Amino acid sequence: MSDAQRRIDDGAPGEQPSTGGADGSDSDSDSGNDEFEPVQVFPEAEEMDLRPGADNCYKCSTCDTNCPVAEVDDEFPGPKFQGPEQWRLKRQDDHDIDDSVMKCSNCMRCDSACPSSVPLSQMHNTARAEYVEENMSKFSREYLRNRLLANYRRLAPLASMFPRTANVVMGLSVTKWLGEKTLGITSEREFPEFATETFREWWTDRGGAKVENEDKRIAYFHGCYSNYNTSEVAKALVRVYEHFGYEVMVPEQSCSGTPMFANGMLEDARRAAETNVRELAAAIEDGAAVIASCSSCSMSIRQEYPELFDFEDTETVAANTWDAVEYLRVHEDLTGALEDTAVGDEFDELAYHAPCHSRNQGLDGQTIEVMDAIDGIDAQDVGDSCSGISGTYGWKAENYETSMKIGEEMFEHMDAAEAETGLTECPTCSMQMEHGTGYEIKHTLEVLEAALGGDRAESGAGSGSNADAGTTTATESN
Amino acid sequence: MAITDDVLVIGGGLAGATAALAAAETTEDARIRLVTYKQSTLRHASGLIDVLGYAPGTTDDQQQPIADPYTALESLPESHPYQRVGIDAVRDALAFFDEIAGDAYAGAHTDRNALVPTHGGTVKPTARYPVSTAEGLASDDRDTLLVGFETLPDFDAPLAAAHLEAAGAPFDARGVTLSFPGIGRDDAKVTRYAHLLDHDERVETPSVTGETGAREALAATVNPHLDEESRVGFPAILGDAHPAAVREALSDALGAAVFEVPMGPPSLPGLRLEDLLYDALESAGVRVTSGVPVVDYETVAADSTGENSTADETTTAAIDHVIVDRNGAQIPHEADQYVLATGGLVGKGVESNRERVTEGIFDCYVPHATDRYDWFVDDVFGEQPYARFGVVPDEELRPLGTDDNPEFSNLRAAGAVLGDYDYAAEKSGAGVSLATGYVAGTRAGEACQ
Ligand SMILES: Cc1cc2nc3c(=O)[nH]c(=O)nc-3n(C[C@H](O)[C@H](O)[C@H](O)COP(=O)(O)OP(=O)(O)OC[C@H]3O[C@@H](n4cnc5c(N)ncnc54)[C@H](O)[C@@H]3O)c2cc1C
Ligand code: SF4
Ligand code: SF4
Repeated sequence: MSDAQRRIDDGAPGEQPSTGGADGSDSDSDSGNDEFEPVQVFPEAEEMDLRPGADNCYKCSTCDTNCPVAEVDDEFPGPKFQGPEQWRLKRQDDHDIDDSVMKCSNCMRCDSACPSSVPLSQMHNTARAEYVEENMSKFSREYLRNRLLANYRRLAPLASMFPRTANVVMGLSVTKWLGEKTLGITSEREFPEFATETFREWWTDRGGAKVENEDKRIAYFHGCYSNYNTSEVAKALVRVYEHFGYEVMVPEQSCSGTPMFANGMLEDARRAAETNVRELAAAIEDGAAVIASCSSCSMSIRQEYPELFDFEDTETVAANTWDAVEYLRVHEDLTGALEDTAVGDEFDELAYHAPCHSRNQGLDGQTIEVMDAIDGIDAQDVGDSCSGISGTYGWKAENYETSMKIGEEMFEHMDAAEAETGLTECPTCSMQMEHGTGYEIKHTLEVLEAALGGDRAESGAGSGSNADAGTTTATESN
Repeated sequence: MAITDDVLVIGGGLAGATAALAAAETTEDARIRLVTYKQSTLRHASGLIDVLGYAPGTTDDQQQPIADPYTALESLPESHPYQRVGIDAVRDALAFFDEIAGDAYAGAHTDRNALVPTHGGTVKPTARYPVSTAEGLASDDRDTLLVGFETLPDFDAPLAAAHLEAAGAPFDARGVTLSFPGIGRDDAKVTRYAHLLDHDERVETPSVTGETGAREALAATVNPHLDEESRVGFPAILGDAHPAAVREALSDALGAAVFEVPMGPPSLPGLRLEDLLYDALESAGVRVTSGVPVVDYETVAADSTGENSTADETTTAAIDHVIVDRNGAQIPHEADQYVLATGGLVGKGVESNRERVTEGIFDCYVPHATDRYDWFVDDVFGEQPYARFGVVPDEELRPLGTDDNPEFSNLRAAGAVLGDYDYAAEKSGAGVSLATGYVAGTRAGEACQ
């Protein structure tokens, strides 16, 4: 864009317009004449093809200074290289993708930092897929391990059929040792526990929605983790939304694709996305807004789907997908409803970490603002550092150390905070927070459920602050 | 429901952050929100707070730096943002900044510009400078060793030292280029250097066998090259989170004062200034929403202002709410007063295409020649008209329309989105952002009381 050709340095006197072609960015213009063309200082409509996208880069290195991996590991060449430089090289000749792309954690911080809107994470995702497709042996341990981690959802149903056995087996040190030796999954971490009842089982047993409302409907995208592992988060979402009079739909769904993008398994992600877009588009057609409780799931549907796929309705689904708390803030008087509510001691002090994927959606300030409205909660933001785990990244033995180095700042800030309970919206950040501090970690929806539920139990439905929830139905009783 | 606040600041660079802080200080109970899209130009900027380094209009390379910026402000043209807000406001804004910066910045003891050596070996006239640069001032006559690193070619220490001497610096300067212990690749990020030193990571030291802390290793690398010099200048990479501790450790180990030389982008002193401002915003209770752009606005519906005013065509419209775009979802944000601090051509507050130059959100009037070939002069080192593009405000900093009336009654503008000054040529970037941010924020705060 304009600044692409504007020299950015603080040397006097001022920035001068480039005379065009100086940095090779105009190399595909039809003539070799480099007559001064002032208009090139200003942007032209660019279509979103990756290689021209690389030309938007004016090499300011803002992305590099935001990359948590490059900060702790100078083997990693950083996002400017991964993105625009690599794609520029590719245009010149058919360059192989550099293997360092596998060291990128897909935190997407570079993407939201770039002042010139270079589509960095789209470039990384595409490069990673190409690397895995062309340069990684399909029989290598790394490929198998990554495929396994990326397709966690396929294993989870098995484990959750026999959750107790699975939990015991996963916890055995011999399993972990095997994991590290044969698969390269770090033995330092505890495998997450499987819920004894998945969310969907609970939902069916419960008989589905307790509130019917044609005018206020949501389709819940629960993702894998709150279905198989932290079903209490998913239940909290249902209760909070029913409190506000919403009819909750739970459509068929597949993995959001986040772990697949991060491992370069773009075809797996495409299949999952196709199902999700189809099912969610149908729900939108029925008048629902799509709501996610996991920040990476919403990020994936909102940003990565439109960047990487073009199914019919991809854009519609992206534009109608919301973070669970954000939707309530915009469509209900959430702070009003939370006024005069209180929660038990278990939530009085909270150390909040904003996941990178919620930061990138502009949601990083939201949780503290909402928590402030509840009496007796002191929620403290532990700063803007990355937790370091980034989904499956920190599970890989070769990344474990980097992951913990990145997390160090967050651990220090959590230790310094008053709280002994952590708060976040991302399941893997939550694992990292627990792993680094030993704190119990909660999801924001669990706190909202406690606040709104407590209030309702005392004052009865429809009274007091519930008034603005409109047709609150007093059907929720469990 | 719109997200509702009293003052909404759009843009989170130096101007926007200052405006939000000033509004918060003006009104005790008002709710202030700052919405910002991408990262601001603070990350590129040297971290120096320039008020006025050179007189506008003197494009000659041999021009003299201004000694006392405040006296020089008086002779600026009427339309210059400094003249719009008045010289007293500039002083107040600097005092406001001094309070926020605390002991992280120096220079408040005098009205005169300090001369800070930069990575090219030139000296920059500036009003406030990070403490990390304080020991390096060019007016100080202590002999100086400059240390550069092979992996940071932007700072050529021997060349910078030669430039300083040639420019008549009142001291002997010498430069050496060394290799930075613990850094392997030649394009390691400045944040990597800073992290090594912040955390005093264990590194291999060539001079000592085995591993030592990064700070000790760096001092051991420099020590053999230190002669009689009583101060040592490094490129500005000496820590991000704990810069004072890093400097102190190096200074103790070297037995000499240690300072940083500001570098080109990306710049750690700029990053530290950004952190400082965002910490201040958090302490002041300002709500920050980042990563999403404001894309549109609605004015107060004509009929809600009463029958009389609807008939009056010249009534200034008021903004009712703005629209924030979140990956396609449109989120209304409502406030009583608004501050536009979206930056200039670099920050994307001012945009241009082949036909015209515009302000992107409210389409405020940006004066410019109709013939685009008049936006430039052929001499690339000449004064470029496009560098002065921006909105034109009244004394309250409300952007004016073509008819010289405020475009909106509750919108003020601050920082690089304003026109009629060329921050790069006159070295006034941070100063204009501070002064106009301070005034716009204060007025916005007062208006919603
Ligand atoms: C390379 C460089 C070096 C510099 N060096 C110095 C120096 O040495 N000394 C000095 O005094 N000054 C320097 N400056 C100038 C100074 O840092 C700033 O440019 C100046 O203060 C302008 O700040 P600002 O807040 O007005 O705008 P910016 O810093 O440009 O900030 C604007 C912000 O608004 C956001 N924004 C834009 N559009 C929207 C939207 N629609 N919705 C929401 N947010 C939006 C942007 O993402 C950005 O974060 C330098 C500038 C540059 C570029
Ligand atoms: S932040 Fe954007 S423009 Fe700057 S170097 Fe990175 S990709 Fe290029
Ligand atoms: S996605 Fe994160 S880890 Fe990957 S290059 Fe960008 S900032 Fe670095």
